[in-house]
Amino acid sequence: MNDYIVPLCYLAAGGLFIVGLKGITQPKTARRGLQAAELGMLFAIIGTLVNKEIVDFRWIILAFVVGSAIGALMAVFVPMTAMPQRIALSHAFGALAAGLVGTAEYYNHQPEIGAFTMAAITLEVLLGFLTFTGSLMAFGKLHEILPGRPQVYRGQNVVNLVTLVVAVAAGVWLVVDPSRTYLFPVVAVLAAAFGVMLIIPIGGADMPTVISLLNSYAGLSSVAMGFALDNKALIIAGALDGSAGFLLSVIMCRAMNRSFTNVLFGAFGQVDASAAASGVVEERPVRSASTEEAAMLLETARSVIIVPGYGLAVAQAQHRIRELADVLVRNGAQVRFAIHPVAGRMPGHMNVLLAEADVPYDQILDMDEINADFAQTDVALVVGANDVTNPAAKTNKDSPIYGMPILDVESARTVMVVKRGMKAGFAGVENELYYQDKTLMIFGDAKKVAEGLVHDLEASVHA
Amino acid sequence: MSTAIESGLYVFLLASFVGFEVIRRVPPLFHTPLMSLTNAVAGISLVGSLVIAGSDHGVMSTILGTIAVTASTINVVGGFLITDRMLKMFRPRGAAGKGTPAGGAGPSAADWLRARFRKDAAPAATATAQETAR
Repeated sequence: MNDYIVPLCYLAAGGLFIVGLKGITQPKTARRGLQAAELGMLFAIIGTLVNKEIVDFRWIILAFVVGSAIGALMAVFVPMTAMPQRIALSHAFGALAAGLVGTAEYYNHQPEIGAFTMAAITLEVLLGFLTFTGSLMAFGKLHEILPGRPQVYRGQNVVNLVTLVVAVAAGVWLVVDPSRTYLFPVVAVLAAAFGVMLIIPIGGADMPTVISLLNSYAGLSSVAMGFALDNKALIIAGALDGSAGFLLSVIMCRAMNRSFTNVLFGAFGQVDASAAASGVVEERPVRSASTEEAAMLLETARSVIIVPGYGLAVAQAQHRIRELADVLVRNGAQVRFAIHPVAGRMPGHMNVLLAEADVPYDQILDMDEINADFAQTDVALVVGANDVTNPAAKTNKDSPIYGMPILDVESARTVMVVKRGMKAGFAGVENELYYQDKTLMIFGDAKKVAEGLVHDLEASVHA
Repeated sequence: MSTAIESGLYVFLLASFVGFEVIRRVPPLFHTPLMSLTNAVAGISLVGSLVIAGSDHGVMSTILGTIAVTASTINVVGGFLITDRMLKMFRPRGAAGKGTPAGGAGPSAADWLRARFRKDAAPAATATAQETAR
């Protein structure tokens, strides 16, 4: 009987995961997709629990209770602005589980392990521990426990590469001769060390790519676990996870004009180092304006495009910006939001924040959808975004961000930039946009400025 | 090559292709929910963890398994709940106010909990003149 139930449960799980992901391709079906995936997970768990190998349920129940409590509390209380950290943390949990399962599998069955299974276990442990420490580092950087700036030192790539090569070599040796138990900790520890070293040189603005990449690694470690345990549901779920992460990192790379190999080999931060070296600071005049002056311009504007960036998330300004949009709409203006693919710290970061602030999603447009419209727009209001609006990406061949697709805000009739100061963006490049005649700089915290704009606009509309 | 390995490789190949084709169609709007959903699905490592935690292979194995089950359960429970919380926030123009999210369905237990414990969150939803002025 069990011979039928278990495989059928796993089959159903695999199918439902695919149906679930399919659902999330459209707003209408998204939540139904989520329910399908939940049902799939239920099948997978039932299929596993009826397994004859499981003889003791005490620890399982304890772990279920503790894990559910932590998971539910996190899900309920984590604010949307902290979503990148949470995602990084959950990559870490998934990868830790894979690493630990691989470790237990090895010690339970060595030395009688077939070459293929051993290879799968090695890969699982390598990817698992690498992703675990890497994700924890990413979490630390995103949560600002660790310095977010890229930490670069001489010979970094060589050290990293040597660590990885030694870890892989030890793994290969272990596959050839699984009885060499002393090699196993070497693989695990070096993988964990490599995970840390991989993230050290990475700065905040590269996080969307890194988070996606870690997502992909976590998925691949599940795939390896599936091969080690000969479980097809694991292989399917891992493959879906892996391809999602891979695709998102490709999209992020394209949005930053980086090559994918550049990311895969962890050569981040180099662009920034060169940019910082050549960044000659010179004083040039900018037009700065108060919120009152800006409000007067906004009052007469018929069309406004708001361009949010990481600064909006930092200042938690999403609700105030939404109020500003409401006031403008009430005043008869057309208001839309333009989102650059790498705005924020993870793919889709800005969309989630604006959704939280109750901005309808059809008011939010992607770069490709809206770029042509800037030319017919009265005011482009840039809130906490910098490099993704820098015209140097199109005009200056020497700029480190040359070739990166940008939001075309400079074609709007007036550009307003809400910014805390004149500091250069992540890439360390001056933004030509700020020195143009049509650009007004409104200095201040995004939330305070938005509050001020709402206040002044309402005052002048009623006057 | 054994048939188990061979069929495993086929499953991997096909699932990857299906994954690419399906996920390619996910709009940037849903990239974050997509990540959190795949996190929840990656909690499938439960399958391996449960067997390790429950089978009698010695203390070490049980400890490793129990930690792994805890970590995976956090992902499964947390991942699904938070994806749901996120998807509920996305709404099209016109569907004004809270509680009419993409896909329908009323307030959940999580909503209730949040409303109870987080008074500072969620400023008043003023989804009024949004549509009238157009």
